[in-house]
Amino acid sequence: MSTPETKGAGLKWVGRAIRRLEDPALVRGQGRFTADLPAAHWVRFVRSPEAAGKIVKITAPEGATVITAADLKGVKKITPMLHKFAYRPIGQPILADSGVRFVGEAVAAVVAPSEEEAEDIADLVEIEIDASTPIVDSRDALKDGARQIHDEAPGNVILEGKVKTPGFDAIWNAAAKIIKLDARSHRQNATPMEARAAHAAYDPVSRRVTLHCTTQMPHLMRTAIADVLSMPESDLRVIAPDVGGGFGQKMSLCAEYVVLVWLARKLKSSVGWTEDRRENLIASFHSRDQYITLEAAFDKNAKLLALRADVISNIGAYSCFPTTSGVEPLMAMAEMPGPYDVQQYECRARGVITNTCTMAAYRGVSRPVITFTLERLMDKAALAFGMDPIDIRRRNLIDKFPYKSAMGLEYDEATYKETLEMAVKAVDVPAFRARQKAARAKGKYLGLGFATFSERTGYGSPAFAARGMEITPGWETVHLTIDPSGFVEARIGSSPHGQGLRTTLAQIIADEIGVTPDIIKVIHGDTDTAPYGWGTFASRSLVISGGATLIAARKIRAKLIKIASHLLEAAPEDIVLEAGSAKVAGTDRTITIAKMAREAYTQTHKFKGEIEPGMTERGTYDPPGTFSNACHVAMVEFDIETGHVRMEKFIVAEDAGKIINPMIADGQVHGGIAQGIGNALLEEIIYDETGVPTTATLADYMPPTAHEIPEIELHHIETPSTQSITKAKGLGEGGCIGAPAAIINAINDALTPFNVAIDEIPATPQRIRAALREAEKAARKTA
Amino acid sequence: MNEKTDITLTINGADHTIKVEPRRTLVDAIREDCGQTGTHIGCEHGVCGACTVIVDGEPVRSCLMFAVQAAGRQIRTVEGLATDDKLHPMQQAFMDHHGLQCGFCTPGFLMLAVGVLEREPNISDDDLLDVLSSNLCRCTGYQGIIKAVRAAAVEMRGK
Repeated sequence: MSTPETKGAGLKWVGRAIRRLEDPALVRGQGRFTADLPAAHWVRFVRSPEAAGKIVKITAPEGATVITAADLKGVKKITPMLHKFAYRPIGQPILADSGVRFVGEAVAAVVAPSEEEAEDIADLVEIEIDASTPIVDSRDALKDGARQIHDEAPGNVILEGKVKTPGFDAIWNAAAKIIKLDARSHRQNATPMEARAAHAAYDPVSRRVTLHCTTQMPHLMRTAIADVLSMPESDLRVIAPDVGGGFGQKMSLCAEYVVLVWLARKLKSSVGWTEDRRENLIASFHSRDQYITLEAAFDKNAKLLALRADVISNIGAYSCFPTTSGVEPLMAMAEMPGPYDVQQYECRARGVITNTCTMAAYRGVSRPVITFTLERLMDKAALAFGMDPIDIRRRNLIDKFPYKSAMGLEYDEATYKETLEMAVKAVDVPAFRARQKAARAKGKYLGLGFATFSERTGYGSPAFAARGMEITPGWETVHLTIDPSGFVEARIGSSPHGQGLRTTLAQIIADEIGVTPDIIKVIHGDTDTAPYGWGTFASRSLVISGGATLIAARKIRAKLIKIASHLLEAAPEDIVLEAGSAKVAGTDRTITIAKMAREAYTQTHKFKGEIEPGMTERGTYDPPGTFSNACHVAMVEFDIETGHVRMEKFIVAEDAGKIINPMIADGQVHGGIAQGIGNALLEEIIYDETGVPTTATLADYMPPTAHEIPEIELHHIETPSTQSITKAKGLGEGGCIGAPAAIINAINDALTPFNVAIDEIPATPQRIRAALREAEKAARKTA
Repeated sequence: MNEKTDITLTINGADHTIKVEPRRTLVDAIREDCGQTGTHIGCEHGVCGACTVIVDGEPVRSCLMFAVQAAGRQIRTVEGLATDDKLHPMQQAFMDHHGLQCGFCTPGFLMLAVGVLEREPNISDDDLLDVLSSNLCRCTGYQGIIKAVRAAAVEMRGK
């Protein structure tokens, strides 16, 4: 791969694996992250050691600056809102007021001149708590008589979604076979390598506060913090500088950031906070803690007729802003049917409050869990029908488009069957089965697992409105400028943090206006310099911000042609933009884009009032949404003695529409799969029965290292999306959506001789060995 | 414990005379007292390796070393890899092979890989994978990192 030398002419930038414009600074150690900023004061939060109870007394060392809820008079609670699904709004105090609801909840903020001093003082702050018995498991929270964690939410249910298609019962009752699965996904943490950090600085002249923080949504942070503090939003500037990964965890509003802004205004100074890893693992946001019971009705030919699901999502102690804790249960309900043709569907999805860390979005949001559940069920059904798992998928995957799902979602053209066949071919199934047989004879257990899925991407505001969200993200705006020196600036509302958007948007602009990407700067992440927008999440930025960029670039293109037509005295249709110039086709008359831009500012009299001065255009895009799709295949080797699962190989056949930069697209898939492997085999936030998290270091939580990630083989199909003007579909989440399902199916395939079922993620050696022991015991009893 | 001592840290050939408490970690001293923020902190438990620097030719976790232990020794950080306008082959390889996304773990991976390849230029692919397993990256799935380090190894051997 190399950066092409040709400057534009005759070649398209879109579709090429050019190097990232982000990289030169980052490889030199010149990235600018929040924790790099010096501050006059540092904060250390004192966190609750108890999972539940009343705060009796907080004792601080004499002379120390320690802020508690009592100091934050007039500061509102964080109260996210949803107008559907019997949602009960519950408020989260910025610092715990009367009681605590999870271990790690911030109770007090110590302020000192250095981080070390703040930590020393925090160690001396005593919190006396009248503890109650915590509720950790969502099923315990649902039991009759369970202690109510929030006054506003009887039965500890924060929301309940219900759906049932007309005619469901008749179809269900007439089915030839019902297959049932009880699936469990344990709790996970997105674990960005950069934990949370914030830095708030007060400017005595303007009386404004500038908050740097590790967020995926700088504009919404500004709106939310201004609301909670009842301050004019214009007095707050939020900057997301370089952000060290987010994966959804950095979407939500952190109470800690509110404290930092409050302190900067109170102290009229600068205040910094850098979370440590333990805080990140226990008190930043968690996800994926779900129980799903899924049943499927089939006709006698293994055609899927109906699905019935019951989803219990443990949402933790509070509701996250802006999505609310509906984010997981409602995503599960909306997208459970996945890539299969099934028109009858019944679902109940509940969000359940417990004394654990608050749940929020994490890459894939519920879809890794529902895909694992549905794909596991399809394998079980294949077994019941005596079919090959590949054949039952062939029989049931959607192949006519547009397709309207039982939930009313419209699927645009995709390649569910084609990617399955592509993956099947890449695997060479007969060769694998022969190898598997030979290995079994030697006491070695190999497994092969498939997962097919759809990934809803790039959806605009109507999709969020359908969930009843008070805050409906969706659209994005781009302000595109050619400055008087001829350089290009795109100011975007999205807020990338590793996705390479500066490069891919530059590629889109370069093609449209005939310049090279290296003269294009994409500016983002600063509420003073970037237009209002929603940020980077939900596999949306390339589709939505990319679409807005294309709209703005087309307007700039039109304006350049108009100017060229004036200055070169030619008809607009004869003007060609390429290689940094406008040319009159078939002549040697030419003018550089830089010169035209300069004249658009400095020689406007030439245009006789027919062209607006300057060279800035806006594009806004709010698309309906599209669907990427893929087939994932895991090949594993299982060690019967230790319970260890070794990943042998991972194969992906995927379709994300038009690919703007193949190198960046592959990187997104690779990274997603690695997280999916971690989610399937290793990663689990564990609470003990007293509500204390016991996985508080990376050595306990165990994100995968290079050792656990096998060779990943990628195959692509590009089906241009009709629902996205760049024809690109998003693909940020797909990697981690399919991987757990494929791996769990592969493990079950490897375990075929033992009559066990692994329906739980992560499938740790302990869990698999326990299942094997149980199966042995049962076999002995029958014997 | 909290009394500060004078030490001199030599980072990328430049001396920094600073006052630190004995408990101050090397990474805090590098970042805060010497202002070299290219080295990052990911866990402070010695697990993730984001803070890897080279001390006297050996990659170390600078969150597990006290600043006073590094006094008088040669410390190299990511800021010292490139010479003027020329990137180190490892930096170039990370760009060429998409060895980074958010860039937070990158300085640690660069210093780990450079440190190991300088000592063991002919390291086997398996051993190299072992070494690279000592640091964590959450973005790339390691595919680009492994490719980049293997490519840089070839380049560095050719010198």
